[in-house]
Amino acid sequence: MTPEIVRGRELSKDEFDKLPKVIFHPKAQYAYDCGNAINRYLEGLKNGKILAVKCHKCHRVLVPPRSFCEQCYVPVDHWVEVKDSGIINTFSISYVSADVTRLKEPQLPAVIDIDGASPGIGIMHMLGEVKPKEIKIGMKVKAVWKPAAERTGAITDIKYFKPA
Amino acid sequence: MGLPIKRKVGVIGAGLTRFMRRANETGRELSFFAAKEALKSSGLRYSDIESVVMSSAPDAFDGVHMKGEYLADGAGGFNRPYVRAFVGGGSGVFSIIHGWYMVASGMYDTCIVVAEEKMSSCMPHPQAAFNSIYDHTLERPLGVNLLWIFALEMNRYMTKHKISLEEIALVSVKNKKNAMNHPSAQLAKETSVEEVLKSEIMAWPVHRMMVSPTSDGAGALILASEDVARRVSEKPVWIEGVGWNLDTSYWTNRDLYYPDYVEKAARMAYEMAGIKDPRKEIHIAEPYDPFAYKELHHLEGLLLADRGQAPKLLAKGYFDKDGELPASPSGGLLGVGNPIAAAGIMKLCELFWQIRGEAGKRQVARPVKRGVAQAWGDLMQVGTVVVMGV
Repeated sequence: MTPEIVRGRELSKDEFDKLPKVIFHPKAQYAYDCGNAINRYLEGLKNGKILAVKCHKCHRVLVPPRSFCEQCYVPVDHWVEVKDSGIINTFSISYVSADVTRLKEPQLPAVIDIDGASPGIGIMHMLGEVKPKEIKIGMKVKAVWKPAAERTGAITDIKYFKPA
Repeated sequence: MGLPIKRKVGVIGAGLTRFMRRANETGRELSFFAAKEALKSSGLRYSDIESVVMSSAPDAFDGVHMKGEYLADGAGGFNRPYVRAFVGGGSGVFSIIHGWYMVASGMYDTCIVVAEEKMSSCMPHPQAAFNSIYDHTLERPLGVNLLWIFALEMNRYMTKHKISLEEIALVSVKNKKNAMNHPSAQLAKETSVEEVLKSEIMAWPVHRMMVSPTSDGAGALILASEDVARRVSEKPVWIEGVGWNLDTSYWTNRDLYYPDYVEKAARMAYEMAGIKDPRKEIHIAEPYDPFAYKELHHLEGLLLADRGQAPKLLAKGYFDKDGELPASPSGGLLGVGNPIAAAGIMKLCELFWQIRGEAGKRQVARPVKRGVAQAWGDLMQVGTVVVMGV
């Protein structure tokens, strides 16, 4: 039988705020090796290019590139350059940050299907130079790169994608 | 499927705590409350329990590394074979699957399955604890937050099928209302589509009232082999089918409008249960509803509605408490609350009570012989499905 009374006492916000807090600053740093495929991808970004791999078995052109095709489970090492443009697969207009503090200016994350990659193969990035209300799924967009001298070989070498 | 299942497994007891924003009790205490309640309802004593499965989502919520071990005592894990089952948000429903093969395999006659979550400890908000699920090199530098993935998926789903925000908001209205008769409920409320759409936009198209709350709480179930179940329980409810499936973590290479992995998990569970036509043979559903659209998305993945049609059926009352296929009669995560792993157990508790005719004011209108519960998690990747019936 569903019990009529369940146990547990809810604390008020006041009571909760008075609880002893443990503040934990581990100063953790992680040095992430990017591996064979992503290192080459990042090098491409530094040079203003989006690089992809093509699987010799399923013939999919994949970005982000990878050392093995997760579907065919075979190594892939055929590299191709794809375009720095694409279409918006989906997007959001986010008014909260990761810790749910509110943002005045919304962030505009999107999944962008990259031109030259196989259909439906996209990456996550941000949108810019666009009014949030004008963004549509299916819209054509193009990468806006940082100036060559400022690129470091990171996903953020692309500042954002803007309407093409 | 491979080997025939060795033994039938019955659920003979269920227990929950209150679900709440900030619990006075520790995770161990919550686990103990739920486990004792489940034991009491099962007719077994603690000394009869031969194996223990515990489930809890990321360690980062509590700031306790190896939380499974820390919580074990609360679940009665002391001096017994103990395992923590974990697949992110899918963990609650996965935990009973783990308990099921403890017993179905013939290794143990009894198993207690306990799920606990204490999200309130993480300040200022537990959402930040999720950030490291994203790729460290390609996604985290963009400043990701967890709401994005739901917003991106919801937008894709709505656009693909031309679904309106009003249609999605109806899920919040239904579930919060169903929860009004649930003793554990945190966010039970009589509300309206207008009120849901007037609530704050968190990450468009996600509105605040389309999001389940952060919660503290625990739940527990007692499993037993057929012999034991028939001996100690007047009304055992059988685990008829289990299924789980994981998709690739290359989530930007998948079309998010449809959860293939949920369908695969559902087909596995249905096949084991001998279900040919789930829409006729399943009488209630407890799909995972951490966000309003997710319930519809998952009802489609569970093959209980055609793709893109779940919102239309919802609008017609098909999924209401007195409808043809009640969905989330418990009140779901949107109404009862979402202490992650414990929320999955809450859904299984609901199947147990509904099938036994013991859901009180929540008891659905149609006769219930069989139900399905489902959870989802990881990087929009995992589906866990359980069919229970008599």
